[in-house]
Amino acid sequence: MSTSPSPADPRQPPPSAGPATDRLAVVAAGGQVEPEVHERVRQTPAVLEIDRFNLWYGTKQALHSITMPIPHGKVTALIGPSGCGKSTLLRSVNRLNDLVPSVRITGEMRLNGDPIYDQRMDVIELRKRMGMVFQRPNPFPMSIYENVVYALRIDGESKRIVLDEVCERSLRGAALWDEVKDRLGESALGLSGGQQQRLCIARAIAAEPEVLLLDEPCSALDPIATGKVEDLIQELRGLYSVLIVTHNMQQASRSSDYTAFMYLGRLIEYGPTTDIFTKPVLRETEAYVTGRFG
Amino acid sequence: MTRHIDRQIGNLKEKIRRVGTVVEEAISKSISAVINRDVQLAQRVLANDEAIDRMEVEVEEECLKILALYQPVAADLRFVVAVLKINNDLERMGDLAKNIAKRVAQLEGAGPVDLPPEIRTMAMQAEEMVRECLAAVIDGDPVLARRIREQDDVVDEARQKVRRRILAGIKEHPENVEVLLRINSITKHIERIADMATNVAEDVIYMVEGDIVRHRPEE
Repeated sequence: MSTSPSPADPRQPPPSAGPATDRLAVVAAGGQVEPEVHERVRQTPAVLEIDRFNLWYGTKQALHSITMPIPHGKVTALIGPSGCGKSTLLRSVNRLNDLVPSVRITGEMRLNGDPIYDQRMDVIELRKRMGMVFQRPNPFPMSIYENVVYALRIDGESKRIVLDEVCERSLRGAALWDEVKDRLGESALGLSGGQQQRLCIARAIAAEPEVLLLDEPCSALDPIATGKVEDLIQELRGLYSVLIVTHNMQQASRSSDYTAFMYLGRLIEYGPTTDIFTKPVLRETEAYVTGRFG
Repeated sequence: MTRHIDRQIGNLKEKIRRVGTVVEEAISKSISAVINRDVQLAQRVLANDEAIDRMEVEVEEECLKILALYQPVAADLRFVVAVLKINNDLERMGDLAKNIAKRVAQLEGAGPVDLPPEIRTMAMQAEEMVRECLAAVIDGDPVLARRIREQDDVVDEARQKVRRRILAGIKEHPENVEVLLRINSITKHIERIADMATNVAEDVIYMVEGDIVRHRPEE
């Protein structure tokens, strides 16, 4: 890993000096660059470890040797321009890319120490240990109540008292309880877009996942609904380990503890969100977060 | 890629440069008024202070506008926050120049007391620090900024020498105590100006490198 240039050394160019193209040019030419991973990320215990992970769609390599720990109990945001591989990385975590026939991978991912891509890993069991929420809310065509307890039902739980308790706890956890508690029996499809998305989060946390994966969860929502989902993500901090992909830089800065900047399938810089948005080590990151490219 | 915010930041840079120029001039005039006992020049400094105050408010409003409308991050954020602080320090330097100018009129009625020779050295050094700190702001030059931090010690040393000389003067000629205390207060103001220039230099280091070096010894 490269170290940050010492601010005490006046010979080092400051982060904002010069055009921000060096590393990006190397990457654009197909080369590999050493990512800048801040010390504080490495010091935090990881729930998920991504270890020299490569992924190809056919002959096109979409992820290049990604190595990053995802801290336990924190919100980690993946940012980067379109096509940088952030969604691909997220979908690799719960092996959704297994469904794409041309995908080939090398490297490892471990969920609390268990190798995700091990042949003995049961993918259904794996996905039970992770919740996933997509760009567009996808409630099941059933009641609000049944949506939330769906995972428990298919796991064979039928005790009303257990289901009721999980339903209330999850809806409270997703900041939706007060809005729907009097109409739990109504169809989930009657909820607004923002409510549907929070319902999907409630459904995901009902199974008490080890990691919650959010793939641009607000991109189909209006600003008010977005605000509510962002508030919710803030409240999930500490309770769940969240990995979120977002196009919206302000969303990353507002709702995450750690931010990873990716470019053309490479991890470029990864650090505490406050550092990435106030004093990133690399000028390439600075150029991206200040909107100079991307 | 040109961004909207670039124009705002360019404007802000121009505005803070103008504040700097006016403050630098006020300092230089006030010091020269002391050395030459030029009451008229001192009065011009006093008259111009209001303009500095006005410019300070304008720059602050500009910073707040950029923060509210553009929500800058990283280098942009550091620039706006640094300007906000530098602006404040420049205005206080203007006030110190005003205080120095006020003392000139008070010195006029006093007898022929010689200024301690170190005042001149001290004043020249402080003026240079002001000039350089402004250049460091405009060029975003952390190397120059670090050099300014070092120069502050020279001013502090000269100030101690002047202080000792004034104390000795008071003992020798107690009848001059009033004028000597005024001279002492002038040197205190000059020292404060150098301190402010050091603050500005530290803000430049933050602006460029993102590191808050205040309250830390020089590297």
